[in-house]
This record gives sequence, C-alpha cells and structure tokens, in this order.
Amino acid sequence: MDFGLSEDQLLLEDTIRGFLADQVPIERVRELREQDCPNDRAVWRALAELGVTGILVPEAQGGSELALLDASLVSQALGHAVTPTPFLSSAVMAPIALEAVSGKAAEDWLAGIASGELVVAVAVTELSSVREEAGLRLQGGRLQGKAMMAIDACGADLLLLAIDPGRFAVVKSDAPGLETTRLATIDATRCTAELLLEGVTPEAVFEDAGHAIGRMLDAGRVALAADALGACESMVEQAVAYAKERKQFDRLIGSFQAVKHMCSEMIAEVEPARSLLWYAAHSFDASPDEAPLMSCHVLAHVSEIGREIASVATQVHGGIGWTDEQNLHFWFKRIANARHLLGGPEYLRNRAAELQGFAPAA
Amino acid sequence: MDLEFDARYDAFRREVRDFLAEHRPRRAFGLAEGRNEDRVAWLSLQIEHGYWARTIPKEYGGYGAEPDLLETVIMDEEFNKAGVPRGMMAQGPSMLVPTLLSHGSEEQRRRWIGPTMRGEVIWCQGYSEPGSGSDLASLQTSATGDGEDFLINGQKIWTSTADKAQMCFILVRTEPEARKHEGISYLLLPMDTPGIEIQPLRTMSGSIGENSFNQVFFTDVRVPKANVVGKRGEGWKIANTTLKHERSSLNANAEGTWMRLARLMQKETIAGVPAMASPIYRDRLMRLHARALSMKHHGMRMLTCNLRGESPGVAGLIVKLQNCQLNFDMAALAIDVMGELGALYDHTKYEREHGYWQAHSIFSLGLIIGGGTAQIQKNIIAERGLGLPREPKPAAT
Repeated sequence: MDFGLSEDQLLLEDTIRGFLADQVPIERVRELREQDCPNDRAVWRALAELGVTGILVPEAQGGSELALLDASLVSQALGHAVTPTPFLSSAVMAPIALEAVSGKAAEDWLAGIASGELVVAVAVTELSSVREEAGLRLQGGRLQGKAMMAIDACGADLLLLAIDPGRFAVVKSDAPGLETTRLATIDATRCTAELLLEGVTPEAVFEDAGHAIGRMLDAGRVALAADALGACESMVEQAVAYAKERKQFDRLIGSFQAVKHMCSEMIAEVEPARSLLWYAAHSFDASPDEAPLMSCHVLAHVSEIGREIASVATQVHGGIGWTDEQNLHFWFKRIANARHLLGGPEYLRNRAAELQGFAPAA
Repeated sequence: MDLEFDARYDAFRREVRDFLAEHRPRRAFGLAEGRNEDRVAWLSLQIEHGYWARTIPKEYGGYGAEPDLLETVIMDEEFNKAGVPRGMMAQGPSMLVPTLLSHGSEEQRRRWIGPTMRGEVIWCQGYSEPGSGSDLASLQTSATGDGEDFLINGQKIWTSTADKAQMCFILVRTEPEARKHEGISYLLLPMDTPGIEIQPLRTMSGSIGENSFNQVFFTDVRVPKANVVGKRGEGWKIANTTLKHERSSLNANAEGTWMRLARLMQKETIAGVPAMASPIYRDRLMRLHARALSMKHHGMRMLTCNLRGESPGVAGLIVKLQNCQLNFDMAALAIDVMGELGALYDHTKYEREHGYWQAHSIFSLGLIIGGGTAQIQKNIIAERGLGLPREPKPAAT
C-alpha cells in the first residue's frame, strides 16, 4: 500500500521534463505558434522515440501499455513546458477508445499511433456542449454535419468523431466532403478546429460504443487536468523565481508579505490538486467505477484553481508579466483554454452530481 | 501507487465493521458530555482492538501495530460511516503524545502515554500568552529555580479545557539571559498544584460547542525540575516538532463533514423541495466535494511520505491552512441551505442538528486563527516552503 509515485514514474517524469527543456524550450514554442498548426511532427517523432506516443497502447500493438497515471505525468510535463503536441487526442483519448472496441482496423491504427506515424484527432465537444447548431448525423453510411473545437485536427491523419454518446466514427483527414478549418483561440499552443462534413464516408463506425466513449472522456479529462495543472505549477515557479530577483523599494518583492501570501496561496492549491490528480488517474485503471466521478471532479477543480493561479502569478510579475516578451501569457492562455475543453466546470459538476444520484440525469 | 485492498484488508474492514455494529456507542463522548468512566471504557475498548493508539508501542499502553496506511484509511472510513469519532480529538493524544514519543524520557512515556490515550488524564496546552500570540517565542511566563523545583509565575490564554484537565504541558521561560528562542523549556504540570487560578474566557461561540477556553494565572506554582521534557532551553524546538505534526495531521475528516452536508441537503426542504434539487446549492456542494477529495488524498500522500521517511516539503505545510478554510466553507453552505433557520442557536425551536453547523462554522474560524493564524501559516509556507526571503527587521527607533 502506497499513495505516491514509483521510482519508474519519477524517472519518466524527469526524462520527459528534461527532454522538453532541452528540445522544445519556450523560444521554440514561440516559433511554433506562427505555423498553421502548432503541433510539430519532428517533436512528435522525437517523443515517439521516448515511448510517449504509445504510452497507453497495448504491447501487442507496439505500445508500452502503461497506466493513465503515467500518461498524466507526461501530460503534466507537456503543460509545464506549454509544448504543442497532439498528446491529449492521439496518445490518450484515441487509444483508449480504439482499445475498447475490437477489430483489425482499430489494432492497425493503435500500432500507427504507437510508432508516432499516425496522428489521430478527436471531436467530442458536442457530447457536453452543443453550440452553433453543431452535431453529426449518420445517413446511409455517410456522415453529415458539423463538429466544433475538434482537438488537434489540423495536422492529423485520422479523425475520431463522436456521433452521439453511444457511437463514434473514424474518418481520414483527407476524406472527400470533409472541410477542416482551424479555429484560433487565445491559446496558440493547442490546435482546435471546426469540421464540416458533407456526405463523408467513414473508415469505420463503431456502434454500441458507449463504454468506449465514456472511458475516452474519463481519460481525456484526467490528462487535460494534468496538462493544466502542469501549467499552473510552472506559473507558480516562475512567480516565486521572479519574487526572488525583482527589487522595488530597495527590497526583493518576495520579502513583502503581500507577495509572499500570493505565492503561498497558489502553492496551497497546487499541491492538494496534485494529490487529487494522482488519485483520479489511479482510479481509471484500479477502480474504474469511480473514474467518471473522479475525472469530472479533477478537471473542474483544476479549472477553478487554474484561473486564479494564472491571474495571481501574472500579477506577481507586475507589468512585465503582461507583455508578450515575458512569455508568461503562454501558460495563462493554455490554462484558460483548457477550462472549457471536454466540459467546463459547471457542466462537470452537474455531471458529478448526476453520477452520485443527486441530480436528475440528463 | 498501490491502493490494492487485498484479502487481508477486506478482512480487516469486516472486523472494524463488526466491531462498530456491536459496540457503537449511542452518542459520542466529548469532553463536556457523557460520563468519564464511559469515555474511558470506550477508548480502552478501541485500544484493545487496535482502533486507537494503534501504532503506539504496547509498553506505553498502545496496541503496538506497525504503521499501515491502508488500515488507517479503512478505520477512518468505517468510523465515519458509522458516525462515531475514532479515538478522542484532544490535545493530549494529538500533541503531547507525539512529543513524548520523540522527546520524552522513558519514565515520562510509561507514565503518561497510556492514561492519556485512554482519556483517564485530560491535558491542556499552556502556550499562548496575552502578549505572545503569533510571536509565541516572546512568551514571558517564567520558571525560576528553587532547589529541586521551578516556581512558575505568569499568565496563559486560550487554554482550552483547562477547567477539565488534570495536567498541562506548558512552555515557560527558564533561561531569561538566553536569546528569545533558546530560553524556553517544555514542562509537565499538574493542574491541582497550588497557585493556579483558572478564569473561563467567553468566546464568540457563546454556549455552543464543547470547547471551553480559559485564561490561567500562575503565582509561585511549584513544579519539580524533573518534569522538563527534553532538555532545559530546548522547549521551543520541542514545541515546534509537535506544531509541525499538528499542522500536517489536521486532516479534520473533510470527507466525513462533506457527507454530512450532502445528507443535510437531501433532508432540508425549501417550499417542500429538497435543497439538493437546487442547481445553485448543488453546484456549491460539488465544488466542495472536489476540495474535500483533494484534501483526503493529500492526507494519504502525506501519510505515505511519513511511511517512506521522505519529507513532504511544502506540500506538508499547506495542510492546516487548507483544511481549516475548507471546514469553514462547508459550514457556510450548510447554513445557507438552512436559510433564515440557519442562524437559530442555543436549542431554539426549529434548530437543525442541535446547532452543529453554526458551532462548526464558529469553531472552524477559531481554528483558522488558532495554532498559528492563516497569515502566519502563509509566511511559513512562503519562507520555509518556497524559500522566499524573510521580511527585513525594522530599523531600531
């Protein structure tokens, strides 16, 4: 019995954080934001070498078949470094969904994901939030309609689209009738797009896939929470470091109680959230019945503390924190954008209440 | 990460459940309620079965088991479900006993730990003074040598349960010439010693709750020098190890309180409709659930650090700050759910749950201040946890 990270997990975390600091420093992120899609294939291939792309893929398909907690540590490291990658869609959500359905096609795609050659985007927004009359219909074997804020869609090879809570389809990114348009958000480090489908013929449709979709959302929410928490951690580190070097009134600003207390309040939120994240990720594999509730709670909670931390950490920096040059805004915007992907806090809390029988199920 | 409940733990859980089904008292034994003998019998029974004083060695009156995180979790969960407090929340078990285990002499441990855990000896804590609150180390209560004894003179404040306690663990200045932090000693003092006068301190909680506070005045109170814990002049260091223990162990059972809050919201109705049906209250309840679960698992993480012999670092310093605020916020939702009736007090007609939530609210506020105010906690977190510079001392005027 032990509630903590293993030696292997600490090593994994060190390896990924070291790699990102070395290979994708913030200067590189600044370059990537100028591209049509910030997800860079070279970075993704290098991460594949480290086993990141296949972290959740079964060994039989060439993956390393690790647990969601391991994947969450990677996600946290990516958020910490604000690295643009399709990790959330291609290495977490798509593999969980594809593994939960059977068939040769799914196995081939999993193998492609593990090798890093295949990038799979996911479009699931309409499961929790329908805007702009979006939604997909399957008519005579063809897909029709619109999906909003599809994650990592611009540079993807395949798209995994939820048709409704019980079915999903897999579509090639160059399929005739599919139009993908990047929807630029404040967050230049995460790719989100609108998909318009006019009679698109899918590669496959998985019926009776309610369980697969549920598991995909649980895993995605935990991994996204990890990403945002990693970004929060970095913001606190940057604020504390700045408070130790910036002088005003002939004193380091970190010696003022007002500034100290801002820093203490931030770390006092980060640390318990990390504990909740570990448990939510652990429950996904060890106690799956709890995973839907825990994944809702952890993402809603990190979204709430994240908004506050992003603001306060910027304020510790004063005016310089508000400039483009200081780079702090990359973290601020990563956290702000994550807040409403895969369900905003109000949606997630209502879902948490439903799951406990406190609210009438939708 | 390994939270596997193997067969051994399932068996342990059944044991605890069976024990509670058979022995669960009809009501809790607070210090102010019930008969003393009943409380001692109930605590002794828990020790006998290993549900209290579990890891304290047998020779000191404990059960003598190896520390096991999962067993602790199971006991807490089952006692919570049964709505019975495990052991006794009091300063003797939570503060004095850990201090004696790490700094006490063999004789002190044998003499005091068992009776304290069984509730036979109730302790009060003599730390704060009227002029020494946040700046505790400036304390002035003096202990001057007189042969084999000390003579204590001075005044303590915020001494909870002083009127019920047989013993006091007290910080006194024994070395007036030494620097502020190095002149303090930690003493064990019988409360029936002549020269002690206790005055109740009426607090904002009025008559609610079972926590009595007092001011205690000491005039030539004679205590043997042998009653020092550790060495003379080391009292500050010794008290701090216990305060640290208090700050990281104040788990305060956030999940149990949250469950009680959820039950209230299912039961309490507004115009005939349960409060739980209101999306507004429900959203607040879910927000608190995530916070309560965070602190529950954070507590498990801190326990794991202890078991592994690792320092939790800054993660351990934030526990008291967060748990106290969480408790206050849970009480606030309960009071809001009860609306106008939430302010009812002192056994008034229509009062809910015997005024539990108002008492919990006011008591939580006291805890936000007591044992190091939230602001002092934030200074400690920033300076010891994050390495931010101390505030420069003001220039002498």
